[in-house]
Amino acid sequence: MTTPLLELRNIETFYGPIMAIRGVSLQVFEGEIVCVLGANGAGKTTLLKTATGALNSSKGQVLLQGKEIQNRDPDWVARQGIAHVPEGREVFPLLTVEENLMMGAYSRRDKEAVRADFDAVYSYFPPLRDLRGRLAAYLSGGQQQMLAIGRGYMSKPRLLLLDEPSLGLSPTLVQDIFHIITRLNKEEGLTILLVEQNANVALQVSQRGYVMEVGGMVMDGASDDLLKSDDIKEFYLGKKEAGIRGKRRWKKRKTWR
Amino acid sequence: MLQVNDIIHLAVTGLAQGCAYGLIALGFVLIYKATEVVNFAHGEFMMLGAFAVLAWSEFLGGSFWPAFVLGCLSIGVVGYLIDAQIMRRIIGQSSASIFIMTVAFGFIFRSLAGMIWGWKTLFLSTPFGGKIEIADGLSIGVDRVAIIVATVLLCGVLYLFFSRTRYGIAMQAASQNQLAAYYMGIPVKRLVSITWAIGAMIAAAAGALLAPITMVDTTIGFLGIKALAGAIVGGFGSIPGALLGCLLIGIVEPFADYFVPEIKGVSAYIVMLVVLFIRPQGLISQTFEKKV
Repeated sequence: MTTPLLELRNIETFYGPIMAIRGVSLQVFEGEIVCVLGANGAGKTTLLKTATGALNSSKGQVLLQGKEIQNRDPDWVARQGIAHVPEGREVFPLLTVEENLMMGAYSRRDKEAVRADFDAVYSYFPPLRDLRGRLAAYLSGGQQQMLAIGRGYMSKPRLLLLDEPSLGLSPTLVQDIFHIITRLNKEEGLTILLVEQNANVALQVSQRGYVMEVGGMVMDGASDDLLKSDDIKEFYLGKKEAGIRGKRRWKKRKTWR
Repeated sequence: MLQVNDIIHLAVTGLAQGCAYGLIALGFVLIYKATEVVNFAHGEFMMLGAFAVLAWSEFLGGSFWPAFVLGCLSIGVVGYLIDAQIMRRIIGQSSASIFIMTVAFGFIFRSLAGMIWGWKTLFLSTPFGGKIEIADGLSIGVDRVAIIVATVLLCGVLYLFFSRTRYGIAMQAASQNQLAAYYMGIPVKRLVSITWAIGAMIAAAAGALLAPITMVDTTIGFLGIKALAGAIVGGFGSIPGALLGCLLIGIVEPFADYFVPEIKGVSAYIVMLVVLFIRPQGLISQTFEKKV
């Protein structure tokens, strides 16, 4: 069996006295899009922050191609080839779009290739080209999300971590962004770990999915199977089967708790 | 009565003084923006700078410029080490501890300077003696012109550094969103230490340039408090604001001293209070709301 590009083994992370992640394991293989679903407070963001070193885990390992990288500084982890696109965009508000992208390529020395990647970003996200000289603070939410993903792309990562890219965007924009995420995966062969509350969209673009609840993994499987699962349908996709009105659905729930 | 010549003389004196405050305030603001620490020992970097240039100048046998460069660099190293070895460890503690810590550094620096160089007032010989005759009966000290020219030059260099170079833009990025800067692979910790070094070097330069006017002793660092007032007037966190605020305070001071000598030394704080009453956010405030 091949070594996963990223593997989390039995990770435990504390927020002060609270155990936010309770022994989570996860694998991402080269070329995949993997999604992690879960409600607010399930620990998805904490999981990504632990993977890239913004939070320290008290137990477990983070492996990048079999090499342990847990509890290192996040800038070091970034230089190993993991680009983290954080929740809520977190662009540099007083830098221009172009300078933001330049910061994405901060640790790269191949100037020619960097210049080509600027063009690549502008072709994936055409609106950014015209906004090059604009301060990021003045962009709309959707444009900022494009910039955040573009900035992550500029580091030429081996693995792109996307934290809640659909947050606060209109349904059409969500479709656009996820279309580009799929293209990045298909055309560039970019491996993506995607954390989402929007289960429907996330399961459509990903090949495999994990489901988190209160700090633990409760399900995992191929995205197609998860889309068909009754529990996912009811709790994440909001679909109800006809004829079960009045019956309390949670009694039939088999897969977790 | 006040003649035109006297007005010009007071204005230039004030401008020079304001520039000196501005150089110190630059360091305050740079460090504050990078780490959200207000370094109350920043004036002491200026004092140490004056002593360091004096010491190098004696060591090198009186040549000013090499001593100036080496002195500023030495204080830059001190600033770097203060952050890399000490401040980095206490970042994240309560702001009260950090405040006391920087105040304590001030005391330590003053005592150290006194132990090394003595408590007497010393004289640093600079090439800025003499006066420039501008018009009949109006002459301006070269030392004051030097401060103004140096401030303009340093601000220009810093502006180019922060807006054009990869390092400078990365420093801006780290001050705007530290975690995101980490995610970009930017070595934030090292850049913060370099920011401390730059702030310390600018203050040291101010100390050396002011030496002909204030002389050199262990108490000149208290000028830093007026620079802090200037930075607050300008809207703490804004570099153009800090310069503007310091110039305002610098120019008001000699006039206030002339007309109301009773409040000598207090006018800077009166200006600060008045500005804060009218515009609590300072003259130029830089705040952006985050879009969600």
